[in-house]
Amino acid sequence: MTTGFELDGNAMAGDLREIFAVDLTGAVATCAGCGRPSAVAALRVWGPAPGLVARCPGCEDVVLRLVRAPGRAWLDVRGAVSLRIALPEESVAEGPA
Amino acid sequence: MAEARWETPSARTLVLDVPHWPGHLPGQHVDVRLTAPDGYSAQRSYSIASAWRDGGTVELTIQRVADGEVSSYLTDVLEPGRQLELRGPVGGWFVWRGTPSPVLLVAGGSGVVPLMAMIRARGDARGRQPFRLIYSVRTPQDTLYAGELARRVRDDPGLDVRFVYTRKTPDGWPEPPARMGVPVLNSHGWPPDFAPDVFVCGPTSFVEAAADILVALGHDAAKIRTERFGGTA
Repeated sequence: MTTGFELDGNAMAGDLREIFAVDLTGAVATCAGCGRPSAVAALRVWGPAPGLVARCPGCEDVVLRLVRAPGRAWLDVRGAVSLRIALPEESVAEGPA
Repeated sequence: MAEARWETPSARTLVLDVPHWPGHLPGQHVDVRLTAPDGYSAQRSYSIASAWRDGGTVELTIQRVADGEVSSYLTDVLEPGRQLELRGPVGGWFVWRGTPSPVLLVAGGSGVVPLMAMIRARGDARGRQPFRLIYSVRTPQDTLYAGELARRVRDDPGLDVRFVYTRKTPDGWPEPPARMGVPVLNSHGWPPDFAPDVFVCGPTSFVEAAADILVALGHDAAKIRTERFGGTA
């Protein structure tokens, strides 16, 4: 973890979008440590680093880890009890990205 | 990159002509990847400053950051005609979707960039949503889009802008320089009863201070969307 380069889960949007069919920054992750629900965009991220480590804004436990390398990605979701993902009622794609 | 222009002595807008760009929503960003001849690469996220129009360009405003290997390349080295590797548009949370609610935008420094995209999208659509921007800058010389904001306050009905100067004020400004505090957000934000959609963007300490004040003033935390950057290097 470096100092002074403090971001949030908004910065994970690009890597997550390559893995998931929908934007995941608006998904609600429930922290396995303290049970607090947070939008993925609101998780705390420090960088730059080879991987993105997203921590709960309440208890600072690691909720998600994402490492992107050429040709592959590792996503560790062990710190989330669940991810609640909003989907459109009809299966119609909504706008860009 | 089609062209570039300086917004302030340390911030440059890159106008990108992106083939097959699918369009974007205000608040979305792109990831920019730079790769050196030796294979070393660095990637950063930058908010899109422009509103989308069919066939249009994509604009990024880059604030030069001390020791920022990517930002200083984009502000000082990259010349029009060169190609950039982009991924995006991405992000679906810190996004304004043109809903009818009043909107409060709170910007710290170059955190104004995605909020400017929202103001531009509203202006292009002749939107009637009441919009207020509270924009904290160090000095008047650091203000991004100063001329355009003044013009839009005049021409875009229902848009208000309030500046907060933290280091140096313009001549004749009625208050000494100060950090954005409770009085400004209370007087120049919307009352919590209006249930505005709130977007706060800036450095982490700024975002946390603003969000804490807004919650203390009675705004619903669920209506406050934040984006932090660490002085994107």
